[in-house]
Amino acid sequence: MSTWRAVIRDRRAVTGLAMLAVMAVVALAAPWLAPADPMAQADILETRFLGPLATGPDGTIRWLGTDQLGRDLLSRLIFGTRISLSVGLLAALIAVVLGTAIGAIAATGGGALERVLMAVTDAVLALPRLVLLLALVALFQPGFWLVVLVIGFTGWMPVARLARAEVKGLLARPFIEAATAAGASRGRLLLRHLLPNALTPVVVAAALGIGNAIALEAGLSFLGLGIPAPTPSWGNMISSGRDALVQAPWIATLPGLAIVAAVVACNLIGDGVRDALDPQARTFGSV
Amino acid sequence: MLRRAIVRLFTGIALIFAVVTITFFLVNLAPGDPARLWVGPGAGQMELDAARRALGLDRPLVARYVTWLADFARGEWGTSLAQQRPVSRVLFDALPHTLLLSGASLLLTYVGGIIVGMFQAVKRRTSLDTMITTATMVVYGMPAYWLALVLVLLFSYGTARHGWPAVLQFPALGAAGLDADFLNPWGRFLDRVEHLVLPLTTLALIGIAGTARYVRGAVLDVQDLDYVRTARAKGLTPAGVGLRHVLRNALLPLITLLGLSLPALFSGTVFVEVIFAWPGVGREMVGAVGARDYPVVVAATAVFAALVVLGNILADLLYAVADPRLRSPTR
Repeated sequence: MSTWRAVIRDRRAVTGLAMLAVMAVVALAAPWLAPADPMAQADILETRFLGPLATGPDGTIRWLGTDQLGRDLLSRLIFGTRISLSVGLLAALIAVVLGTAIGAIAATGGGALERVLMAVTDAVLALPRLVLLLALVALFQPGFWLVVLVIGFTGWMPVARLARAEVKGLLARPFIEAATAAGASRGRLLLRHLLPNALTPVVVAAALGIGNAIALEAGLSFLGLGIPAPTPSWGNMISSGRDALVQAPWIATLPGLAIVAAVVACNLIGDGVRDALDPQARTFGSV
Repeated sequence: MLRRAIVRLFTGIALIFAVVTITFFLVNLAPGDPARLWVGPGAGQMELDAARRALGLDRPLVARYVTWLADFARGEWGTSLAQQRPVSRVLFDALPHTLLLSGASLLLTYVGGIIVGMFQAVKRRTSLDTMITTATMVVYGMPAYWLALVLVLLFSYGTARHGWPAVLQFPALGAAGLDADFLNPWGRFLDRVEHLVLPLTTLALIGIAGTARYVRGAVLDVQDLDYVRTARAKGLTPAGVGLRHVLRNALLPLITLLGLSLPALFSGTVFVEVIFAWPGVGREMVGAVGARDYPVVVAATAVFAALVVLGNILADLLYAVADPRLRSPTR
């Protein structure tokens, strides 16, 4: 557990965790925090394109202004946090579970199985992830679960490589030999001895994966292929703000700041945890 | 080294083959009927059947796959459903634009990233270093399409609105002006460069931020090694030590990084092409996804896979040039 103490002592990791914690609170408490209904439209002509801090016709202050349909931007940002965080967490979870399973199977299986699994991993890793996503979303109707699934199923590769390397390293350690000698079955070996010990690097991958997933969801929604309107997602908010860029620049720019904050938070956690675990390793990360 | 290149080439071809195979089956097993798209919503059953025969959709999937693969390998990628012209034409018209944009941004990314990263390593643990580290972290976290919109806001509209000097005014759309054909060669060149500025800045800023983060760390790792101390003790100038010993060795992992960062670069290119109406492969692909134009989607996926494979082979060769240990034939 000393690694966790090192993580807690790392300023970056703590900053990132705090940022994500705030976002999680915002997402959970969205209905109480949001000053207005994120999808409510009053008289469009009277309420659209209100600037930040403007007062609406009903006398309420629009802290961050309104969009071209007169919807309250702050409320949409707050509810967008729900989409971003839930897509990020669920997609990263799928990627981590799938990647760990494939990596662990490859490492323990060995031989041809390992070579085939790793060749497939490298092959998928070589593709631009957005291109993969585009090819996948082209086939189905857009929606929340499609976005979660395609982002999850295109993100397992780095986790698989990490998990395989980690499990292979563990296989050479004496305690595994001891467990084998004690008669532990292959499944027990994997679940009780290998996976718990391979967990920490997987956590790093997960943290970076959440940031990537959030950015990708926003990207797909921006292209009109992710979360469909009128549900507010940071990505589709930027996309709708693009049409009114000159008239009302706040619509497109503010959700982008939210995305930057979320991605930076995840990268801070990833950096902090990685340095705490292994000062030698460094990755570039990919979106 | 030649052997290495040939092996890489063949694994690359195998990879592209795997990619097109997977995309073919995904597309053909997915719900939705391309024949329906082809004939339009008003058509009757007979027209639909005729279209199915014309598109070869009445044959079994595996037979279709074999013919399709043979055609695909020969460069006959079918006809775009939305544009009604050969897919190969659509994509090869777009490819030079994508290569120009991604190639130029790769160059800027590495030159800029190395300069910024080296500078930070020299000024390590000063407040300036911390400031740049924070800045690169934030810029690296920016979505390309968002940064693109901000740049358009500032340098296409903002310049005009706030009366900034005209040199800071750049076009927000396309790869060339509408009047490009009427300009003299020099004017046409300037016009192209002007159109390249904002898309390229978007990609390069994010790329430089990512690379600088990496270079700073790599240089700091090398800086305290024995041979660097030896070089300093020999009386080499700081610049000599920095360039000949530190940078040279810190650059090696950077070449590996080049191959690894290509997929991310092309992801960014797709967004930037969409925002700036840059007529490249990424924009064609996004348009094709929206129009369910499957032949273009499949072929564009293959083109991107091929670009990544080529880039990786190039990075491999570069590595062999930069690292003498890989050059010797004894292995």
